[in-house]
Amino acid sequence: MTFAIEALELSHAYETAAVLRSVSFRVSAGDYFVIIGPNGSGKTTLLRLAAGLLKVQTGRLEVSGLPVQRFRRRELARTVALVPQAGPFEFPFRVAEFVLMGRAPHQGILGLESPRDLRIAREAMGFTGVEHLAGRRMDRLSGGERQRVIIARAVCQQPRLILLDEPTSFLDLAHQAQIMDLMEQLRQENGVTVVMVSHDVNLASMYGSRLLLLAGGRILAEGKPEDVIDADLLEKAYGCRLLVDRTPATGARRVTPLPKEALGRQPPIRAIDSFK
Amino acid sequence: MTPVPIKGILRVKAILLPVLAAAAFLGVAMGPGGGDPGTLIRSLAGVPLEDAVLEDIFWKIRLPRVLLAALTGSALSLGGLVFQALLRNPLAEPYILGVSGGAAIGAILGILLGLARFPWGSLTAFAGGMATVGLLLLMSSWKTGLGKDALLLSGVMINAFCGAVILFLVSVTPDARLFNILSWLMGDLSLAAMEQVKLLAIVTVLCATALFGLSHVMNLFLLGRDTAQSLGVRLGVMTAILLTITSFMVGVTVSICGLLGFVGLVMPHLMRLSFGPDHRVLVPACILSGAAYMILCDLLARILPAQGEMPVGVVTALVGAPAFIFLLRRAAR
Repeated sequence: MTFAIEALELSHAYETAAVLRSVSFRVSAGDYFVIIGPNGSGKTTLLRLAAGLLKVQTGRLEVSGLPVQRFRRRELARTVALVPQAGPFEFPFRVAEFVLMGRAPHQGILGLESPRDLRIAREAMGFTGVEHLAGRRMDRLSGGERQRVIIARAVCQQPRLILLDEPTSFLDLAHQAQIMDLMEQLRQENGVTVVMVSHDVNLASMYGSRLLLLAGGRILAEGKPEDVIDADLLEKAYGCRLLVDRTPATGARRVTPLPKEALGRQPPIRAIDSFK
Repeated sequence: MTPVPIKGILRVKAILLPVLAAAAFLGVAMGPGGGDPGTLIRSLAGVPLEDAVLEDIFWKIRLPRVLLAALTGSALSLGGLVFQALLRNPLAEPYILGVSGGAAIGAILGILLGLARFPWGSLTAFAGGMATVGLLLLMSSWKTGLGKDALLLSGVMINAFCGAVILFLVSVTPDARLFNILSWLMGDLSLAAMEQVKLLAIVTVLCATALFGLSHVMNLFLLGRDTAQSLGVRLGVMTAILLTITSFMVGVTVSICGLLGFVGLVMPHLMRLSFGPDHRVLVPACILSGAAYMILCDLLARILPAQGEMPVGVVTALVGAPAFIFLLRRAAR
């Protein structure tokens, strides 16, 4: 059985600072895999390694059964799509032009679109509900619209695996749920494996089929949300007091960070930010 | 069904080819040596002119000059377009970044080494331009806390330094070989000779063709490094190829025509405003509009002065520097 992603004793360091320390895990095809953990825990590094944006230093990292460094860039681009963290956008492409660029790894070097490319782009825009924006300029969209356009571009790429780096930050509640729902739909309808880095533990708990909890560059827990969303584990990872109960909406585990007043005189938790 | 970018290119041609033809016509017809559009039409129609000298002025003096201006304008506009895409900075341009200055030092060193200004000076100019690009990339990788502006500031400083080095070289060399160098530095098309036109034509056509081939890659560059790579672009290889082609084209242009500033800023922006950000459309648009723009600038340089003529670089800077400030203000918003 080949896995969408398989990491074996994967370590990574920027200059001398270690950010990933011997991490091993597997993502099965069709998973909704959410990576959670505090700032600086190595989440984004892991995602960038899987996207082929960083060179694998030590350990193994396979995508669809092949070491990621063995892929040619275009081949990898036909297998893996990336939705990076939101950034500024200064050159005013139209939404339709932008989404069509998702076809680049399937096209010739001039990127001239075939009727098939146009159909796929239209379907991708329909899928994320941005068809009506086709003629609008990218730099004039709201945050929620822009994120759905970026996801349409990734869908247009027809990948087997989609990587998302904090796709819901900067979005309001309605748009957060919308993006998470879209990914669930993509996984069910198109069989795409979803791997997402998220700061939102509650969204991860509700939507993820499997979660990976990172802290200090190591895996603290990996498995079903039931097992990973655990007060002790999360308190260790994030270094603050938490309440874990179940949301009446779906029965999924729910995390509430506790404010100082609610804590009384309980001793503070020491965060695990490194394992010296 | 015709792909959208092809339609865009056809539209660009339909609009800009007549503009370029009109500019070229005026460029040949007018100037301090006499002549007017009517006379040129008669000459074009094959009617022998009473004034045979005018015939020579049209076809042996002004035509090479107009061709040289056109090629220079195309090359420098394309240079600006590529740098803006590569560095994702709308204010990047070969002159502002100091690449033209580096090429000029290369050309002068070539002359001082006893190499013929032509064609060897073009190669040393290319080397000078490449060296500046290398220095620029090195400096922009330093963590200065200035972010994106660090690159532009580095370029401005490199440009100032190159200017000083050039004047230093000119001052310490009691050498007739550097005679005329000062007007060359301000950008000069008056020495246009057919052999230079031929060289620049070959270089510009080859480089422009290659750049058109990479125009969609430039589109992907604009989406950011991570996204471009995740769409299959080999970033390092493509950056190296684009920079080499552009430095070569700019270096050869500088070795022939000297320093012409801001051309690579004005035209790419005007074209982006008119035709949108797709480089498959912008590359042909910059070739045509850059050519027309430089022909008109050169025409102004010839007919404005009360006596003699001024270097065309004066005109391009008079138009370009305010345009830069205007764009800076737009970028700030």
